[in-house]
Amino acid sequence: MNTFSYERATATESAIHAGSAKGAKFLAGGTNLVDLMKYGVESPTALVDINHIELKDIVAASDGGVKIGALVKNSDLADHPLIKARYPLLSQALLSGASPQLRNMATTGGNLLQRTRCYYFSDISFPACNKREPGTGCAAIKGYNRIHAILGQSDKGSASGESCIATNPSDMNVALAALDAKIEVEGPRGKRTIPFVEFHRLPGSTPWIETTLKADELIVAVTLPPAKFSKNAYYLKIRDRNSYAFALISVAAGLELEGGQIKSAGLALGGVALKPWRREGAEMTLIGKAAGPEVFQEAAAALLKDAKGYEHNAFKIEMAKQGVVRALTLASQGTTEGMQA
Amino acid sequence: MATDTSTPAKELNHRYEGIAKVTGKAKYAAEFSQPFPKANLLYAYIVQATIPNGTIASIDRYAADLAPGVIAILTPFNAPKLNPGTPEPPARRNLSLLQYKDVHYNGQPIAVVVAKSLNEAKTAAQLLKVKYDAKPAQILYRQRLVDARWPKNPGKEPAGNHRGDVQAGFAKSAVTVEQTYITPIQHHNPMEPHATIAWWEGEELNVYDSTQYISGVKMSLAKILDIPVDYVRVVDPVVGGGFGSKGSMWSHVPLCVMAAKVTGKPVKLVLEREQMFGPVGGRPSTINKIKLGASADGKLLAMQQDVLMNASVMEDFTEHSAGPTKNLYMSESNSVTEKVVEVNLGVSTFMRAPGEAPGTAVLEIAMDELAEKLKMDPVQLRVVNYAEKDPSHDRPWTDKHLRDCYTQAAERFGWSKRSPTPGTVTEDNALIGYGMATATYPANRSAAQAVVRMLPGGKMFVGSGTQDLGTGTYTIMAQQAAAGLGIDPTLVEVRLGDSTLPKAPVSGGSQSSASVLPAIQDATTQLKLKLADLAIADAASPLHGLKTLDIEAKDGKLFNKSDPSQTDNLVDLIARNGNKPVEASGSAEPSESKDSMTSNSWGAVFVEVAVDKDTHMVKVRRVVGTYDIGRLLNRKTGLNQLMGGVVWAISFALYEEAHIDPVYGRVANESLAEYHVPVNADIGTIDITVLDIPDVKFNPIGSRGIGEIGITGAAAAVANAIYNATGKRIREYPITPDKIMLA
Repeated sequence: MNTFSYERATATESAIHAGSAKGAKFLAGGTNLVDLMKYGVESPTALVDINHIELKDIVAASDGGVKIGALVKNSDLADHPLIKARYPLLSQALLSGASPQLRNMATTGGNLLQRTRCYYFSDISFPACNKREPGTGCAAIKGYNRIHAILGQSDKGSASGESCIATNPSDMNVALAALDAKIEVEGPRGKRTIPFVEFHRLPGSTPWIETTLKADELIVAVTLPPAKFSKNAYYLKIRDRNSYAFALISVAAGLELEGGQIKSAGLALGGVALKPWRREGAEMTLIGKAAGPEVFQEAAAALLKDAKGYEHNAFKIEMAKQGVVRALTLASQGTTEGMQA
Repeated sequence: MATDTSTPAKELNHRYEGIAKVTGKAKYAAEFSQPFPKANLLYAYIVQATIPNGTIASIDRYAADLAPGVIAILTPFNAPKLNPGTPEPPARRNLSLLQYKDVHYNGQPIAVVVAKSLNEAKTAAQLLKVKYDAKPAQILYRQRLVDARWPKNPGKEPAGNHRGDVQAGFAKSAVTVEQTYITPIQHHNPMEPHATIAWWEGEELNVYDSTQYISGVKMSLAKILDIPVDYVRVVDPVVGGGFGSKGSMWSHVPLCVMAAKVTGKPVKLVLEREQMFGPVGGRPSTINKIKLGASADGKLLAMQQDVLMNASVMEDFTEHSAGPTKNLYMSESNSVTEKVVEVNLGVSTFMRAPGEAPGTAVLEIAMDELAEKLKMDPVQLRVVNYAEKDPSHDRPWTDKHLRDCYTQAAERFGWSKRSPTPGTVTEDNALIGYGMATATYPANRSAAQAVVRMLPGGKMFVGSGTQDLGTGTYTIMAQQAAAGLGIDPTLVEVRLGDSTLPKAPVSGGSQSSASVLPAIQDATTQLKLKLADLAIADAASPLHGLKTLDIEAKDGKLFNKSDPSQTDNLVDLIARNGNKPVEASGSAEPSESKDSMTSNSWGAVFVEVAVDKDTHMVKVRRVVGTYDIGRLLNRKTGLNQLMGGVVWAISFALYEEAHIDPVYGRVANESLAEYHVPVNADIGTIDITVLDIPDVKFNPIGSRGIGEIGITGAAAAVANAIYNATGKRIREYPITPDKIMLA
């Protein structure tokens, strides 16, 4: 690990000021950044510890939504009465992620920025990773790619400086995508709000740019619109073991039902792309229809349209389709406690 | 004086070293800060190759040399020259000690950076600029099976073994099964990674090392460094697991010693978790083509297994996965071959139940398939083919009660409720299935020595140069020593893990208890004689003037066998001896029976799984295992070890696999987040029982080792249960949700 300076910020303004220095990074839970520093993937020159800033509240907003402070821990968020009652989808997604120890440290803002688990990104002994070293290529394309993307990836060949088939590993993000969350950020140029779908970027031709957040901007809160799916939500995570494993695929499914008819729907896939995968078209296939297996299969097909698998992950296409149908089926049957980890 | 071997030693209810471990007082190899001045301690970090094949053209060390805290950098260009020649046993591994510039696998140690702190060593390591002349590499053996060859050094077992005429057997078989089964590359990941501290005192070398074999490390270092064996001392009081990876010495130990030599300071070298995937061995992948033939009533007429596996270009290692096919069942004929394919990967090695773990995992699926074709209950098929004697050597077993294991475990499990038709039992969204398999592992024993002392105050000392891998060696040594004089085991002080103690074998092959306890038994017998003689010669003793053979020991007293009211308390006896301890040594060799009989442990294991219909995720809900392991020495440590083995078998069945990158030849998932082993949520109830029938023909204690048998059989039982649940037969481990979905 390279040497770096450490500064503890106690207010948003001073944090943003310190964070705008070249090479500086914000330190929240540290569950991802510190690991990557140890691996030599991240080498910030300065760490700005934001853990002492008062961004730890979860409050009901006047519009019926909820505002979540960026430093709320994953475990606190999952167990909060407002979240459990109004957004069980988010609670379930959080509890399916990582381990209790990690959830006790990981924060809402940090989880938004969790970096990919691609082996070729996190091990600097592999020479090719456009995300880590722009222009070096993508070793995953010809490598062991079981955990990689099937949707939205950039594949111009393993040697191309624009290729990247990594996935976003967060469970929380998948639920927030389905819930139409918004992200509030502050920077030297003031405050702005980023709709969730616009926050994470697909690799495109610049795989190393992962979000629309600027380097000197600090995430201060995540807001959720008034709850629509509290009665019919399910987060399904298919993984290689029953806890402490990243998703092979995951599905966040929320339905608003009215007399058996689907009034609105939120549907997002995890483990398949560099951002939680949503397609308005998929949700449109559901709206106005009666909940049932055939409609769910249609939605699955729409969501997975144009998916492309690789040597070790082609199974994800079928697995995701089955997962979508299962998650929508369970959501339509009514919210339960959901999965625990 | 007769030794009463029929009475079991009094058991300790807790691990001897348990409190020291949970309070942090037990010191693991990397935790020592004495007797050298702690301020002098330097930290070494191994730099690994990043190409799979080629040579090192140059190492630019300019920036690294200037980095803060750096004391020395060892590379193939400046490292001390060591005793040439290929390592011989016990250093059976082809080590990477910076003696040549060739790179044989990605991850091979190619340099060592020594600095004042670990972070400084690691930071400087990243500044080394290594240039290679790369050569094409062979990575995936499954793409090159035509290159398979016989192993150069297959070990104890021949690579090809044939009994009877299998072709004739298959020709007359009413039913045959012929399938290919695959097991993956796995890497041992004990909680404590490999760790060494080395320092020189003049010509003498001291080493703290996390190892399963202190004497092996001692002999190997002496050979490599070309110094007298007696100049080396290896200390290892507690080990946080080894599982075979610490059974032989790997490169990091001599590299640490070399760094200590070059710097003239004590040096600590601890492997990072990522460094556990390659440079310290692993279990090779095996492809097993198995053919079974049976008569209509289920009698095996022929068994054939042809195995292909990966081996490192550096050294052959044979995983004898065909072992169980030779002797687990009584077949009229059998034929096995084991061949290797060379690849640019690190050297393979022993991993818990080498041979039997993958061997039972594949053979016991084939047996399940055969039972189904025969429309026979899987337990019944195994009973029909019960081996009353060892088929491979045509000689008797020292003891065998496997039939009772099947009966007892099946009863506890409720096997009679199994539906023989797959896919017919459901619960909510899950398919429920039952499966079973046989567990087997040979009973091994080697020569061992021990020393015991009667101490003042009724206390005792026992010492042997063995190791405790967290398995209970301390505990059962205390019990055995105490049993010899009939004292309470809590009064015994135990020492092990120091090469200055009497020599004991490697803690591998499930042999430590079976080897060391008979040596302690011999030592306590000698001690009793000495104490009796002391009493006889002592005019103040009530036993004064008796004959040695008249005296026995019980409850901390010597007594006259013809008149048990005549006693001499050991506390008083030693007090009258001026409180001078009385010492005796003992040793034991394998029994005479080893050349005329075969000793083996067995078990029967039954598994219930639930497989989700949509997610295809598996939950192992129940495991019931009954084992015939001779005498159980300690309930807590023994059953725990068997249970740990079963957990690992579940890992084998469902989770564990090293994924090798096909281009660069590195293990892609080299962390415990991505190299999956079971977590608590994966494990249901595990019910372990043992028959506890002493095998006194094997050794006088009647106990066969239990380190490995737990991992055998259970993986196939999981696979068979998944078939019973789903009707899907998965023949490649680990059985992940995608494989079930696609089958």
